[in-house]
This record gives sequence, structure tokens and C-alpha cells, in this order.
Amino acid sequence: MCRPYATPLHPPLLYQKPDKPGINALPVKRPNVVKLREQLIPLIIDLAVVLVFLPNATNSRMDIFLQQIVNGLVLGSIYALVALGYTMVYGLLGLINFAHGEVVMVGAMVALSVINFGLANGWPLPLAVLLATASAMLCCMALGWLIERVGYRPLRHAPRLAPLISAIGISIILQQLMMLIWGSTYRPFPALFNSEPHVVLGASITDLQILIIVLAAATMGGLMLLVQRTRFGRAMRATAENPAIATLMGVNTNRVIALTFMLGSALGALAGVMVSANYAIAHFSMGFMLGLKAFTAAVLGGIGNLAGAVVGGLLLGLIEALCSGYISDLTGGMFGSNYRDVFAFLVLILVLIFRPSGLMGEKVAERA
Amino acid sequence: MMLSFTPDTSSARSPAHSSAHSRRNAILGSALLALAVLVLPILISASGSMTWLRIADIALLYIMLALGLNIVVGFAGLLDLGYIAFFAVGAYVWALLSSPHLAQAFPALGPEGLHWPMWVILPLGACIAGLFGVLLGAPTLRLRGDYLAIVTLGFGEIVRIFMNNLNQPINLTNGPQGITRINPVMFGQFSFGKSVTFGSITVPSLMLYYYLFAALAVLIVVASIRLQDSRIGRAWEAIREDEIAARAIGINTRNIKLLAFAMGASFGGVAGGLFASLQGFISPESFGLMDSICVLCMVVLGGMGHIPGVILGTLLLTGLPEALRHWAGPAQQALLGKVVIDPEALRMLLFGVALVLVMQFRPAGLWPSSTRQRELEELADTLPDDENDNDDDDDDDDEASQRSKEVRS
Repeated sequence: MCRPYATPLHPPLLYQKPDKPGINALPVKRPNVVKLREQLIPLIIDLAVVLVFLPNATNSRMDIFLQQIVNGLVLGSIYALVALGYTMVYGLLGLINFAHGEVVMVGAMVALSVINFGLANGWPLPLAVLLATASAMLCCMALGWLIERVGYRPLRHAPRLAPLISAIGISIILQQLMMLIWGSTYRPFPALFNSEPHVVLGASITDLQILIIVLAAATMGGLMLLVQRTRFGRAMRATAENPAIATLMGVNTNRVIALTFMLGSALGALAGVMVSANYAIAHFSMGFMLGLKAFTAAVLGGIGNLAGAVVGGLLLGLIEALCSGYISDLTGGMFGSNYRDVFAFLVLILVLIFRPSGLMGEKVAERA
Repeated sequence: MMLSFTPDTSSARSPAHSSAHSRRNAILGSALLALAVLVLPILISASGSMTWLRIADIALLYIMLALGLNIVVGFAGLLDLGYIAFFAVGAYVWALLSSPHLAQAFPALGPEGLHWPMWVILPLGACIAGLFGVLLGAPTLRLRGDYLAIVTLGFGEIVRIFMNNLNQPINLTNGPQGITRINPVMFGQFSFGKSVTFGSITVPSLMLYYYLFAALAVLIVVASIRLQDSRIGRAWEAIREDEIAARAIGINTRNIKLLAFAMGASFGGVAGGLFASLQGFISPESFGLMDSICVLCMVVLGGMGHIPGVILGTLLLTGLPEALRHWAGPAQQALLGKVVIDPEALRMLLFGVALVLVMQFRPAGLWPSSTRQRELEELADTLPDDENDNDDDDDDDDEASQRSKEVRS
């Protein structure tokens, strides 16, 4: 129902505080270096403590320790890419996109099919990989758009639980569809690169792992630039800040939201390709746990905060690798690495208890 | 726990002039319902299908479970995605205390392990599950909706991982293999695990369980209704609607929230114990995240906080998928000549589609309570500003679209 035209607008919209100018006056935000550093210092200290004491405490060799760091970084980069998808959507809509993990899985599956098709037809390997990744990203962008359009947009004003349930429904649909299409067996992902590892200081790292870390870092850098320096990024930040004012300033918020979903899905597809290439396997249920962990990473860093998602992802990857590598030594063999999934959730619970807004999130006062 | 359960008599639901009439209707309705519940298993077993009798048993268990979750999610508004953990705790308490399993790890118990009577185990299971509820609730008291959801989810996963791995250093849960040879429910010497013959009639074990579960489910329904109308129930509702206001009018939000967690969890614990006794075998596989989500869907789909709605949702979500599983294969065979889509996959697929569609067309659930329905209708008529939603962005977005319409008109 539309209100009569003459009804006055809600006061807060007309009398905005002067420190919130409109989008045209919105300065291109520079990364807040000082604040960032303040937040990062305790983190770095903690990490240093862990780095110094953990190897000593367990009397183990430095090369094993370095190996865990490498594994953690690879895993962390992947988590970070997926976590960015969660955090962007949450920042805009305040909504947990539960289906994001499945998007990652679809990306991996599409890439796997294209690579297999390409290799069977004798394409050169780099071309096959490139095409596979590109098609996975395109498919997932379409999928992300579709999910937003069908699953979330009609529910934007529904009770709070409705989008969550809808997302769970979509996640189930995607899983089952993928199972019907690609079968329920574990599918091997072909080895893309020379699997001969380089040995650095006793830790071995493969070409693929280097590529994953570098590519993830480059993608995240690109995303930061996109969000901080472009017109679309500014529209995104404005929508996250206040959709009402953003609309008044001429931002097409619906378009921004749809594009954000697509962007997040593209990153997710990339992560999906990486994760299945790294573990040389793809499966229709691989997205769920990965999605949960990535969401954990996003919360850990402070959900809604892009830099937080990256830090949270890397941190979670490191924590998981180190904990599952050392728990057996630390507990005298009582607990093994099969508890690795526990650490992610334990860390999450501890962070939420002691710093509910995440490591880098802003303090949010509870609203009346 | 010292709060009294006095129902609020002053706020009788129906106006005085029609109360006699509606009372008669209510009695008639419940009598018919009771008759249906009593006759149903006889009809099912007359058709010779033990499978459907088992499904009816499981549906009753799910009703208990969903009503327990309804206390947490529906009454108190605390989104819990790890609820199945309490079900698991109840099941494992029952399994450990009434099966030979513990004899392996603790030879001191004798070769037969523990076989405690159910009168001890069931309350104990409820208490331990309630304790776990408080354990989960205490650190999460300050968290807001989505964060709470994710922490509870993590808690559920942690419980499952521990169940999966606690076969060493001491073999407590037997890991992924699970625990077998669990005692059935016993009343003294009378076992629910075997069929009983009265004269010429043989009552199968599943039907005995059915009546037991039905009685307990009725108990839990009554407890839920009484709780909802009690002082505690209204405190939960107040917290759900606005926590700060609730605190301002003198509700001890900490205790009341913990109470919600504990009560919901103990309902789950009871259901879990019964599940273990019915199946005779449990493994961590039955307590995954998907099961938590399934129970949550029952509550939300039916209509959160509305007891008949929750029961409806449970019956639909247990009955329909099973029906599909049994009939989808043969139907495809008959219509298309071969099984095109695996019935199991089809079942899950339709489950997902149903979730999405119901949320699109009836976001408050299939059978929401009248107050909630009214709120939603009012909401549709007024500016969405009035929507007291927790979600900041939603509100703003709403205003935005509204205002942009105004500007255009």
C-alpha cells in the first residue's frame, strides 16, 4: 500500500547527521591504516607466541612445523575466498547465504567436467584449466544471480528465519541436483601441474599450492581495489551503510545486491576449483563443511568486514593445520587429527564469547 | 527452576459469550483426535505394513523433538541449529546405561554392563541433556540471532565429532560403529521389544511403542501448552519480542533464557532415550547437522510457537518424504517404464523445493498462531517501518523501496 503523497518522510532521513554525506560526496575511503595496525598487533603477537612455543613445546622438528604452516596457508587462502562471499552478502543484507557452500561445490564440478572434456579432446593443459575455471566462474555467477532472485529477493521483508530456511532449501536442492547429474561417487580431479614438490627449509610445497596462494592473494587484492576504488564498490559500500539513502542517491540497490551475489559466487567458484585441485577430488557433498568453515572464518574476522574475512580465513586455516598437526603430540596421543573439525568451531565459540563482533568487526550495540 | 507454572486464567482466549460453545467444540475435537490417534496403528497394522507403523513411531518421536525445539526457537526466539545434539545426548545416555557396551571399557561392571531401569535412565537422560542445554546457553547469552545460530551449529557438530571419536583412549561411544544391543523399554518384566499376545490378538512391539510414545507425546504437548500460558511462557515471549524491554520490566533474562535452553534440551533428551530403545542401535550418523535442520524445518514450516502448527509440520515432514520414498519408484516404473530419478534423491529434492516454496508463500509457516498471523496481516497493510524486525538492513531497505515509490508517484 502506498502512502498518500503528502505524508512527510520519516524524520531521520531528512535530517541526516552531517557526518553522513550523500553518495556523491562520499570520499573514496582509504584503508584505515592506524586502526588496522592496532587490531593486527595483538594478533601478530599471539601468532608469534604460537610460532615460538609450539615447536619447542612439542620437541618436534622445524620442517614439520613449516610444513603445517604451508598447509595452513593453502587451506586458509581457500577459506578466505569463500568467506568473502559470505561476508559481502552479510554486509549488504544481514543474511547468512547458507547456499554459498553449494555454489563452491558446483564450481568445482563444472570445472572438473570441462577439464575432463578438454583433456579427452586433446586441448593443451593451460587452456583447459583456464577455460574450466572461467566456465566454472560464469556458471556460478549465473547460479548466484538465480539464487538471489528466486530464494532471497522475495523474502527480503519476511520474518527473519524465512530466508535462512529458504537458503537451506536451496542448498538441499543444489546438492541433490548435482548428485543426480554427477553421481554420488567421489570423482578424481586430474593432476594439473607437476606434482614434484619444491623443498624449502625442509617443507615441501607444490607448484599448485604456490599458485593457489598467489592467485588467492591477487584475487583478494583485486576485490579490495574493486570495493575501495570503483564506482560499483562505492555503490556497494553505500548500500551496506544504509540502503535507504543509497537508493535516494540514485544507487540501484537491487542491482548492487544481485551483482554482489554474482561476485561472491565467482570467488566461490574459484575456491571450489582450488580446493578440488588441491585434494584431487570432487564430491557433491564437499560444499557443506567447506561453507560452514568459511562462514566460521568470516565470523572470526568480523562478519561484514572484507579484510576481516581474509584474516579470519588465513587464521582459521593456520589454526586448523597446526592443531590437527600437533594435537596428537600435545595430548600424548589421546586425541588425533580426526578432531580437526572441532578446532574450527571451538575457535568460533571462543571468539564469539570474548569478542562477539569478531577480530576486526566493529562493536555493534544491541538495538532496542 | 523455582518459578511456578501457574496458567494465566485472566486472559482466557475466547470471549465469554461463546465460551460454552467453543468449549464443547474443543472437547469434541480432541475426542475425535484422540480416537484417530488410538485407531491409527490398528488400521496400519491391519494393512500389514510394519514399515508404516515404524514411521508412525518415529513421527511421534519427532513431535516430541520438535516441541522441545519449539520452546527454544518458537517461544523464546533463540535460533538453535544444533538441537539434535541434545537428542544425541539422551540417546547415548540410554544406550550406555542399558546395554552391554560399557563392560568392554570397564570390566569392573561385570560382563553384562549396566542395565538400569528406565525410570532412572529417562529422567537422568533428560537432566543430562538439560545440563548440556545450559552448557550451550551460558556462554551464548549475549549473542544475537545469527551468531547464536552459528554457535549452536558449531556446538552440535562438536558433540557429533566427539561421539564419532570417543572410542579412544577409552571406548566410550564405540565411534562410528555405534552402540548395539540396547535394551528396549521395560516396565518391570514387561518388555516393549517383543510382541504380546492377549488371547487371540497379537500386539506387535511397534504398536506397543506407538501407544507409549503417543502417551508421552500427549504429556509433552500438555506441558508445552501449560508452559506457554504460564508466567515463564510469557517471559519467553517478552524476550522474543524485545529483550531490552523484557529486562526493563523486571524479567531476569539470563535465567529465563537458560531455562528455555534447558527445557528444550530435556525434551530432546527424553526423545533421544526413547529413540535408542526403539532402534536398539545408535550411531553418530543419526545425529548430523541435516537432522538438526530437519527438526528446525518442522518447527518453522508448521508455524513457530504455535503447537498445533508444529505438530502439523512434523507430520508433513516425516510422512510425505516417506510416502515419496515408497511410492515414487513404483510410480515412475508404471508411468515411464523405468526409474528415472532415484526415489531417495527425489525425496530430498522435493523437500528442498517445499522449503523454498513454503517460505515464499507462507513465510510465517503453514499454520501460524492467530496473533502472529494478525501481525503479518497488519504488517502488509502498514508501512514496513512498523515491522519490529531485528534486521536493520531489512528495515532500511523496506523504507527505501517505499520511499522511492512515494517519490515516483
